[in-house]
Amino acid sequence: MLGLEKKDTSLLIIVAILTMCAPFILNPFPADSAMAQFNAGYPDLMQRFVIFGIFAIGFNILFGLTGYLSFGHAAFLGIGSYSAVWMFKLLGYNILPGIFLSVITSGLFALLIGYISLRRSGIYFSILTLAFAQMSFALAYSVLTPLTNGETGLQVYNSDPQYFHSDAMPNIPHLFGQEMQSTYTLDAGAWSFDFNTGYYLCALIMLGMFYIAIRIFRSPFGLMLKAIKTNQTRLNYTGLNPRPYTLAAFVISGMYAGLAGGLMASMDPLAGAERMQWTASGEVVLMTILGGAGTLIGPVLGAGFIKYFENIFSKINDTVLHQWFAFLPDGIEDFLIAIVHPFVGKGWHLTLGLMFMAIVIFLPGGLVEGGQKIASKFRGKKAKDDAPAASDTTPAE
Amino acid sequence: MDVIILQLLNGLDKGSAYALIALGLTLIFGTLGVVNFAHGALFMLGAFCAVTLQKILSLSFETIDPTKTDFLGNPAKIKTPYIESWFGPELGSSIIDWSVPLAILFAIPIMIGVGYIMERGLIKHFYKRPHADQILVTFGLAIVIQEVIKQFYGANPIPTPAPDAFKGSFDFGSLLGFDPNVVIYPYWRLVYFFFAALIIAAVFGFLQFTTFGMVVRAGMADRETVGLLGINIDRRFTIMFGIAAAVAGLAGVMYAPINSPNYHMGMDFLVLSFVVVVVGGMGSLPGAVLAGFLLGILESFSSMNEIKQILPGIDQIIIYLVAIIILLVRPRGLMGRKGVMED
Repeated sequence: MLGLEKKDTSLLIIVAILTMCAPFILNPFPADSAMAQFNAGYPDLMQRFVIFGIFAIGFNILFGLTGYLSFGHAAFLGIGSYSAVWMFKLLGYNILPGIFLSVITSGLFALLIGYISLRRSGIYFSILTLAFAQMSFALAYSVLTPLTNGETGLQVYNSDPQYFHSDAMPNIPHLFGQEMQSTYTLDAGAWSFDFNTGYYLCALIMLGMFYIAIRIFRSPFGLMLKAIKTNQTRLNYTGLNPRPYTLAAFVISGMYAGLAGGLMASMDPLAGAERMQWTASGEVVLMTILGGAGTLIGPVLGAGFIKYFENIFSKINDTVLHQWFAFLPDGIEDFLIAIVHPFVGKGWHLTLGLMFMAIVIFLPGGLVEGGQKIASKFRGKKAKDDAPAASDTTPAE
Repeated sequence: MDVIILQLLNGLDKGSAYALIALGLTLIFGTLGVVNFAHGALFMLGAFCAVTLQKILSLSFETIDPTKTDFLGNPAKIKTPYIESWFGPELGSSIIDWSVPLAILFAIPIMIGVGYIMERGLIKHFYKRPHADQILVTFGLAIVIQEVIKQFYGANPIPTPAPDAFKGSFDFGSLLGFDPNVVIYPYWRLVYFFFAALIIAAVFGFLQFTTFGMVVRAGMADRETVGLLGINIDRRFTIMFGIAAAVAGLAGVMYAPINSPNYHMGMDFLVLSFVVVVVGGMGSLPGAVLAGFLLGILESFSSMNEIKQILPGIDQIIIYLVAIIILLVRPRGLMGRKGVMED
């Protein structure tokens, strides 16, 4: 179907079903129960799942296929956000032009940055992209304030021209009148499910992007990128110049990031420079590695995983912990809480760091490899032979 | 002229910090071939060694002085640090006052220990893994160290004053015949610069003039051959990792009075010091030092008002800009050796 192999088709269908049913899947607990804090089915979070999914899929096209580790991808996310908000300011709240512009501008920036950075490889490439991203971040904060509104962040004001804005149209981001924030809540007994327009738009776009990523992975172009990762020197001696291919991959992944940035601005019309900081670039690296670099589904999994735990873990505070351990004797209860306390709530980053280290140390292929290992254990020794080789992540140097 | 000298001096202290961190990074890279993203965290740990020692030294007990009352009429409580009661008020208060320089002694064993544990416990397993994995695992470790420090010390910067003797500024201008108070420079920054120079000299001296250093240099050039000669090069490299950690830690200890330490100060320096290392040339120790001072001074020159008027915002990006140009024009960096990180 759609020019895909059978395996890929089923993967796409599974992802489609998961994203479409996400409001149900993510809200497994009744709204009033004590477990309701593990529900992740509220619009804001679901939008972030798919938007970061797009970001990570794009990053994976560069890192997973070519092995070039970019530490400055958040710059494109920020550029995308800024251009989308500028479209809102100039043209009006319809998100379509904003998204188009964000993809185009981030593509152009990626072309420029990639053209320069890709002259070097390995650690030098990482440092160059990092330098460019930090430069954009610093500029957005200081000199480019007329364009970016500095620390306040770029937002839409009433005094903005908005040439195509008519009074009939809503005064928040919309797609031809469909407001992004509008949510239909379905109450089914004790459960309640939120269906959000913005989420479904992002989810559809993500599916499209996922499809494109599958096609890229399976295309001769994708094969070429994998060859670059495996042995660039050999490629050179074969008489092929790898740079146009890596540049294309860089631009594509930059455009993905820009699209994610544009969507982020469309869901919440605000763009700040902190989106470009190198910690934000680090986050997408984490997502891709956690899920499994070089695999199709990995980045989506990683993005969902990190965003889910970020929300859930940071919501657990001492009161919640006391509720959980209330059945234990007081001394043990306080002891357990004292142990768990540093890892939840505000300490969520500690858990993230530990988890990330554990993944890199024990499971370099990420969650996907973990899943395959478990699956092959169940299937017995025979499955070991046809374990996919997609999980080794040797970078180009 | 006076402006130029002033900016030159201003660049020196930041440049010293860059140079020290970059030196440690290069030591680790040159010996073990590991790209250590947790090096900024080691710098931060050093700064917090100073904070901790200051806190420990000023631990105090309360006594009630019946002869005095506070403004509510209650007997006044007087806090006396233990140190003062043990050594007498004179010596005790000067020990507290000098806690930052004292922290150097405190930090050296701690940082060497941290470095040793880090190398044996984690980095050792990553020699054969690709550089991307090394970057990622040390990046994760940096997050962890940072968050642990945040748990203990909170997110706010903790002021850590320098000894009273170094408060105030040195009138550098009058020494050179300018008007007084034109070229002034805080004493502590001067101390920092000389301290950094001392450490750098010590590291180079150690590598150049001791047998241990000679073996390490031989190992950097050709690890396998040195190993075949029956020398336990791994153990020496582990010690070098500890020394590199101590260099970063000492840079942090002495930096604490200049900028109140907070938990993310390491990350802020890390990115810049990587740029410094790359500009200086991966694996070249003199290059790292040279580039550190060079970039520190460039940064302070570009923050001059006269230059900012012509090129607004240049002070924010100058380091990155220089790095990009150098990498493109002279890919090996200023003093990079052939064959490092090029395969």
